[in-house]
Amino acid sequence: MSAREPIGREPEEVLVRLTVNGEERRGIAEPRLLLSDFLRQELRLTGVQVGCEQGVCGACTVLLDGEPIRSCLMFAVQARGAELETVEGLAGEDGALDPLQRSFQEHHGLQCGFCTPGFLLTARALLEETPDPSREQIAESLAGNVCRCTGYVGILDAVASAAAALHDEGGSQGGT
Amino acid sequence: MKPAPFHHVEVATVEEALGQLREHGAHARVLAGGQSLVPLMNLRSVRPRVLVDINPISELERIDADGSLELGAMVRQAAALRSAEVRSLAPLLADVLRQVGYPATRARGTIGGSVAHADPVAELPAALVALESEIAVQGSHGERLVPAESFFQARFETAAGDDELVTRIRVPRLPRRCGWGFAEIAPRGHDFAIAGAACLLEIDSDRVCRSARIALLGVAERPVRAADAEASLQGRGLDGAALSEAARHAAGDLEPPSDVHASGRYRREVAEALVRRALAEAARRGGGGS
Repeated sequence: MSAREPIGREPEEVLVRLTVNGEERRGIAEPRLLLSDFLRQELRLTGVQVGCEQGVCGACTVLLDGEPIRSCLMFAVQARGAELETVEGLAGEDGALDPLQRSFQEHHGLQCGFCTPGFLLTARALLEETPDPSREQIAESLAGNVCRCTGYVGILDAVASAAAALHDEGGSQGGT
Repeated sequence: MKPAPFHHVEVATVEEALGQLREHGAHARVLAGGQSLVPLMNLRSVRPRVLVDINPISELERIDADGSLELGAMVRQAAALRSAEVRSLAPLLADVLRQVGYPATRARGTIGGSVAHADPVAELPAALVALESEIAVQGSHGERLVPAESFFQARFETAAGDDELVTRIRVPRLPRRCGWGFAEIAPRGHDFAIAGAACLLEIDSDRVCRSARIALLGVAERPVRAADAEASLQGRGLDGAALSEAARHAAGDLEPPSDVHASGRYRREVAEALVRRALAEAARRGGGGS
């Protein structure tokens, strides 16, 4: 039995509505448009980086319902109704860096910054789930993010330091 | 690169999915977690004209524990890792899942997807072979249960036809006194493995091995049970000599493929070391000593 190929009918573009960084956003996508490209091109969230498109480098990592995912391995049409966080959502309204970002800055956790959005979001998800991680746990959780510049020590230091700072704050804003 | 154009069809039930697969045959691929399929589509190694998106099928997300462990095909790897049922009924699986990809791929990747994809270096197929699991495959003739060992046939080839869907994975209850171990090697942490070994040892109260199961990944087109090695351990005390001999048996007849990642010879040699390591871990866990 030969399969019926849907010839002569091009895949239709659809409207994708979703929440990004707490804001309702919308854009147009044909089925093959990757979520990473949709976020960058349709929503102009160019903090989402595109590296390998194979899921191994981690540069495209965003948070979907709080969990880190590879936006290069999901299609925009699958993200209808989803709640996403990108790196653009980390800093405050006034541009004030969040504790993780400040820590990366202080501990030289970045040089060119290409991998940084992926690292920040992965680390953020880690600290939500494990507020007091060991160094091994940090390294384990970040194993899926590749950095070509830093050699990783500054990144691990930054996450460990941010964890300690958030731990000390105990939920209240203030301090150092 | 970017994927070739395709039609995206969301289905809400297994019956709908099967209908789509029957209609489009080889032009359709099933989209589960996408962590193995989408990389291939991004390279244009595969160019399905229709993607049958089974993500909305909630009945496939169930984890049931009723003597044996039943995992729906759409159970996310992260969910399986967190599951109390998986940890108590199939702790080998929980151990192995920690080595599968990264948190970001486990958030979307599924148990059924890894099974259906049948990558020879994947961890889950080897673990399921060691656990003597059964794969439930549904098609127009209804559901059939395929033993894991016969399900994985070759690289990216399984017993499931183009018009069939993997729906559940059944892991039988383990014998009471059972130790498990898993060891693999990969150039970069959790990236694609070169080789690995999943072991289960049933150990009696005299610390003698009642039965052994050893499954290898990365040494052939599909997971391999090391039958000679398993036989060599039966009825033996699990001292260092017994484990080393079993590891030698396991590696002995292997003719692993050579590729850019490792030579066949390296795979064979490292397989022996990994079996030794996994057996030692299983022996320790099962109370078998040394």
